[in-house]
Parts: sequence; structure tokens; C-alpha cells
Amino acid sequence: MSDSTRIPLHRDPKVRAWVFQILAILVVCYGFYSIVQTTIDNLAARNIQTNLNFLTQVAPFNIGFSPFIDFKLGETTYWMVFFIGIQNTILIAVLGIIAATILGFLIGVVRLSPNWLASKVALVYIEIFRNAPLLLQIMFWNFAIFLASLPAPRQSVEMGAFYLNNRGLHMPKPIIADDVRFWIWIGLVTLIFVGCLRFARWAKHRFEDTGKPLPVFWINIATLVLMGYLAYRIAGSPLTFDVPVLGRFNFSGGGQIPLPLFSLWFALVLYTAAFIAENVRAGIQSVSHGQSEAASALGLTRAQTVKLVVIPQALRVIIPPTISQYLNLTKNSSLAVAVGYEEIVSLWAGITLNQTGQALIIIAMTIFVYECLSLTTSAILNWYNRRVQLTER
Amino acid sequence: MDTFAPKPSRKPPLSAVGPIAWVRANLFNSTTSSLMTLVFFYLLWLYIPPFINWAFLSANWTGLDRTVCEANPAGACWTFINVRLEQILFGLYFGANPDEVWRPIVGFILFFGLLIPLIVEGTPYKKWIALSMLTIFPLVFFALIHGEWIGRPVANTSQWGGFLLTFVLAFVGILLALPLGILLALGRRSEMPVIRTMCVLYIEFWRGTPLITILFMASVMLPLFFPAGVEFDKVVRAMIGITMFQSAYTAEAIRGGLAAIPKGQYEAAAALGLGYWRRTVFIILPQALKISIPGIVNTFIALFKDTSLVSIIGLLDLLNMAQSAARSIEWKGYDIEGYLFTGLIFWMFCYGMSRYSQVIERKLDTNRRDN
Repeated sequence: MSDSTRIPLHRDPKVRAWVFQILAILVVCYGFYSIVQTTIDNLAARNIQTNLNFLTQVAPFNIGFSPFIDFKLGETTYWMVFFIGIQNTILIAVLGIIAATILGFLIGVVRLSPNWLASKVALVYIEIFRNAPLLLQIMFWNFAIFLASLPAPRQSVEMGAFYLNNRGLHMPKPIIADDVRFWIWIGLVTLIFVGCLRFARWAKHRFEDTGKPLPVFWINIATLVLMGYLAYRIAGSPLTFDVPVLGRFNFSGGGQIPLPLFSLWFALVLYTAAFIAENVRAGIQSVSHGQSEAASALGLTRAQTVKLVVIPQALRVIIPPTISQYLNLTKNSSLAVAVGYEEIVSLWAGITLNQTGQALIIIAMTIFVYECLSLTTSAILNWYNRRVQLTER
Repeated sequence: MDTFAPKPSRKPPLSAVGPIAWVRANLFNSTTSSLMTLVFFYLLWLYIPPFINWAFLSANWTGLDRTVCEANPAGACWTFINVRLEQILFGLYFGANPDEVWRPIVGFILFFGLLIPLIVEGTPYKKWIALSMLTIFPLVFFALIHGEWIGRPVANTSQWGGFLLTFVLAFVGILLALPLGILLALGRRSEMPVIRTMCVLYIEFWRGTPLITILFMASVMLPLFFPAGVEFDKVVRAMIGITMFQSAYTAEAIRGGLAAIPKGQYEAAAALGLGYWRRTVFIILPQALKISIPGIVNTFIALFKDTSLVSIIGLLDLLNMAQSAARSIEWKGYDIEGYLFTGLIFWMFCYGMSRYSQVIERKLDTNRRDN
């Protein structure tokens, strides 16, 4: 190549790419540097000391709801408050995901039902709930409906040992009376569970050999419940129940589902179920009609067609967007701030931030929790997508 | 000569056409279906007539204070909405200055005057209307609401509220996030590893965090990031937070469109000797943006609903305005009416946008089939 045709340096794409990228790094680094520098100056000017010391201090406020981590006013440190926040976020997320999946699936199926009325009711449900802001829905249920219509603790609605009032639902709380006997019971239940798995495998083999199906699911559920109760009696009833007692103003003892948790859960489930129902509808419609026709040509009943042919193929389309909805539900649980359920944002980025003033660290820790949750979710999604792709041609 | 006159064909039996057949085929076509119909019908019967009675038939529409509603507690108190309408729609400032209410009203008329021809099919000069919507309209709207440029009493951004504030937050978020999102989406598909990594990090960071945390961050930490003397009020801080958040979602919607462009388009553009920017601006983006319109509109819907979160950091947007009006001494106890009215406004916009995105999607779909 002669010199006259060689590409000049400033027109060589490779050189330009590198220059451009180095410039970009410099600009971003400078931006970060100047922000950090101004922040340090500002903090110094406002006399704010940013350090992690506050984490080992004792939290001076009360936390009303912490089902698994013990909270003691005057003893629990900010570290534990942080974990209580994470615990409560995970709790509402798990409860919400389970209920939203069931409700969403139901509504999605009803939406496709040949029954005109049912299908239209499902359509109206979906369009109403997914097009109104979630925050508005949470506040509506909590303030306008539940708080306004539920009675005060003294006039609670009584259902056996359960009491419903405007503070929430009070119920008996199981307490382990005897450790040894409790673990014996757990061991027995595990054995029964393993037995059920073995039975399911045997039934599958039998089905493949002889073509005779068994209602494995129902048999196993019945076995688990009955045998589990039997084992409980054999182990000598290792649980006692702490029953709530009505005091002068409120109940003491027992377990409690606070009203904010319930309202938040209720609104999250109704909202997310509308989106999941749309996923389910799209998934089932994506299975081509020929599949169910072929299945009925083979002599499968309608129930078998749905269970063995349509659903397995639809799930491939349904599951990925539904996992994103689970992540959305988890992120949306941060709207607990509006009703005062003590999860990570309202407890940590709200109350603790106000108490300590450590904005930088607290916001960073909160964001870190959510980034972890979101990375986990996308890892699961990628794993699932890879697995599904293998079964595709 | 006789011509052959065919006998009119017999009418189908009554049981095969008409309302009875329809009811049979669609409501009572099997045992389960019949059961479902009865259950749903019973539920609707239980809830819909009382609701209609409460919300419309025996509702209170007129009057100036709560005595009207207290006299008739069986019906909804729309009097509350009626009396506080200007405040709920345009915020405290315009609610308190009836002489200035024309400013937001003219602003919204202008907005819908531009929006409707954009939506209607076959309007001429659509490109110019869209362009003025994105450039001139925001300036005119700001001039009208703020008032300084047109020589009216000044309403600072901190005095904006109600639906006006919701609209401004959503519009600014959408307007600023669009160019940012395009750049981020291009960056994420770039061949330069450093640029790509930066864009991925940016997008995933904002997408992984709930908006409420970002708003907390914007209201608490943003003042720390800027040198002393640079002051933003809360509304501008919320706008910055919302724009950052929205740009990540817009970028993902546009990335979907970019990925759908066949590789041949890139290669053909390169073969014609077009450089990266000309190739992108003239060949790739016009196609990619068109495909990603439904996705972008869906992010708009999500953003529009999410603007209500600013009420948690204390801004008086539509939701917060209605709520604080319903908690004032004059109207205490009429929360349901406030929430329902607010919900209806949000719902109309979101439902409208989602229908629009479905129409566009269908149109794009047939286009693809024709090719």
C-alpha cells in the first residue's frame, strides 16, 4: 500500500474508537471526581460526618412488626434494623408473589374462557387495575376502605381465636414447647415427604409402562396432611399456641398481621395479578390451535390437553415476563412508605435516615439491596431462558 | 320468457340465531359455563347497582359545602370535587387565584390541540406538528404557567400542583428521557467495549432500583452533589430523578427496536459509504423508532402512573392534592370520592395510551406481513 492511499490516523475507525473511549472514560471519571469532591466539601460545610459508626449504635425507635428477627427497644442496633427491613421486604414479596401468581393465572384463564360474561369481567378487571397508579390503589384500600370500615380493637370481629380490627388481624402464634419432640416431628414429616416423592416417581414409571394414570398430586397432599397430623400426635404435640388477649386498648400476645401489611399485600396482589393475567393470556394464545386439535385427535380429554399439551408450551412464553413482574412486585413493595409497613425503604431510607442523617450510606445500602434482588432475578431469568432454548429446535 | 326466480332461502331456526342462541352459545354452553355465568351475574348484581346508585343516582353534585352531603349520606359527595376542582387540577396557586386559571386551561387546550391531530390518522404535516410539540410547545406552556415572560403574576415551579404538576413531571420525563434513551440504546449496542459497559451499568443501575428510592435520593442527596449556591427546588429535583429513571426504561424499549432491524440494513448503509452517524440517523433510527413506538408508549404509561410517587416526597401532585383536600377540615371523610376522581383521571390517560399503542402495534404487524 502506498503512502497516498493509507488511511490517515484521524479517519482510521480503530484509532477513532480508542480515542473516543479514552475520552469517555476521562469525562466520566472527571464527572465522578467533581461530584465526590463537591459532596465532601458540602458535607464538611454542613458539619455532617459520614461514617459507619452509627450501624453499631442502638436504635432509639420501636419497630412494630418483625416476625422472625427479635426486636427489643433499647438493645437492637441499626445493623439489625437494616436486616429487619430486608426481612420484611422479602416477606411481603414472597406473600405477594404467591397470591398474585394464583390470582393472575385464574384471571388469565377466565379471560380466555368461552363464557362471554366471565371473559368480559376478567377484561374489565385487567383494564381497571393495570391502568391506575399502584400508590393510589394502596392508599385507596388502606385509608378509604379498610381503615374506614374496620372496627376499633374493642369491637373486633371475632372468628374463633382470630380477631380482625383496624389495627390488623390478631391470631394465635405457635410456640415450640419442647425442642426434642419438635425436631422428632420435623424429622417424621421429612420422611413422609421423601416417601411422597418416591411414590410420585413410582407412579410416573407405572404410567410410562402401563399407561394407567394416578391422581398423584391429590394422593400426596392428602398423605402429607393426614400423616403429618398423625406424626404431630405421635411426637406428643410439641407446639403450644399463644392466643391474643384483649387488653384495655389493644390485643396483647399472639401473632399479628398489621393492617398496613395486609393493605399493601392486597393492593400489590390485585395490581400485579392484572399484569400476570395478561402474560398468561398471551402465553396460552401463543400455543397454536393445531396443538390442541392434534391432542384431541389422539384422544386426549380436554383436561389432559390443557394439562399435558397447552400449559407446558405456554409456560415457556409465560414465565419470563412473569419473573419480571415478580421483580416489579418486589420493587413496588417499597410503596409501603405510604401506609407505614416497615420494610427496607420505609424503615431504613425513611425512619433511620431521619434519625441518623446518614443520607449517603443509607441510600447506598438501600440501593444495594435492590440491585442484589434485581441481579438475582435476571440471573434466574437468563438461566431459565437458556434451559428453555435447549429444548427448542 | 320466464326468468328463474329462486325461492328465498328459509330462515334459520330461532334456536340458531338471535339473542337466545347467542345466550346459549356464550353463557350456557356447558355446565361449568352456566355455573360461572350464574356466579358472576350474582356478584355483579350484588355490587354494580348499589355502586351506580351511590355514584350517580343519589349522588350530590351541587352545593358549596359539606352540609349538602351530610343531608344525603347515601350518595357520593361530588360536591367536594366540584368545589375543589380548580385546586385539584391546577394546584394551590391557580386554585387560589381564579383570575389566572385561564393560563393552565389555555396551556392544556394547546396541548390537546396538538395531540389530537397527531393521533388521528392521515393528518398532513404530522412531522411538523410532532416537532413543535417537542420544541415550541414546552416553551409556550412554561411561559403560560410561569407567567413572567407574558407579564402575569409569577407562579414558581414550587407553586405548581395538582394534575398540572403530574402532567409537567410526566411530560418533562418523557421529553428528556427520549434523546437520552436513544443515546443509551445506541451505546448499549455499540462495538466499543468501554461505551457498552458504561451504558449497561447505567441502564441496569436505574432499572434495578425502585423509583421511590431514586426520588428519596434526588431530594436528599442531589443538593450535596452540586456546589453551594446552586439551588433547585423540590420539583426540579424530582424531574431530574424521574428523567434518569425513565431514560433507562426508554433505552430498553428502543434497544428492542434496534435489535429487530435486519443486519442487511446496517450492511447496505455501510456499503453505500455512510458513516456511523449518518447510517444511524438516516437508515437505522427511523426504522427502529417506528418499531419501538408500542414499547416506548408502554414506558410512558408506567411513568405517568409512577409520577404519583412524588406525593411521598411531599409534592402536591394530583394524588396528593386530592388527598390533602379530602383531609382538610371542610371535607374530612370524603376520601373515596377524592381517590375515585383521581383514579379516573389517571385511568383515562393510561387506558387511552394503551389503546393507542395496541392500534400502532396492529398497524406495524400488518405492515410486516405485507412485505
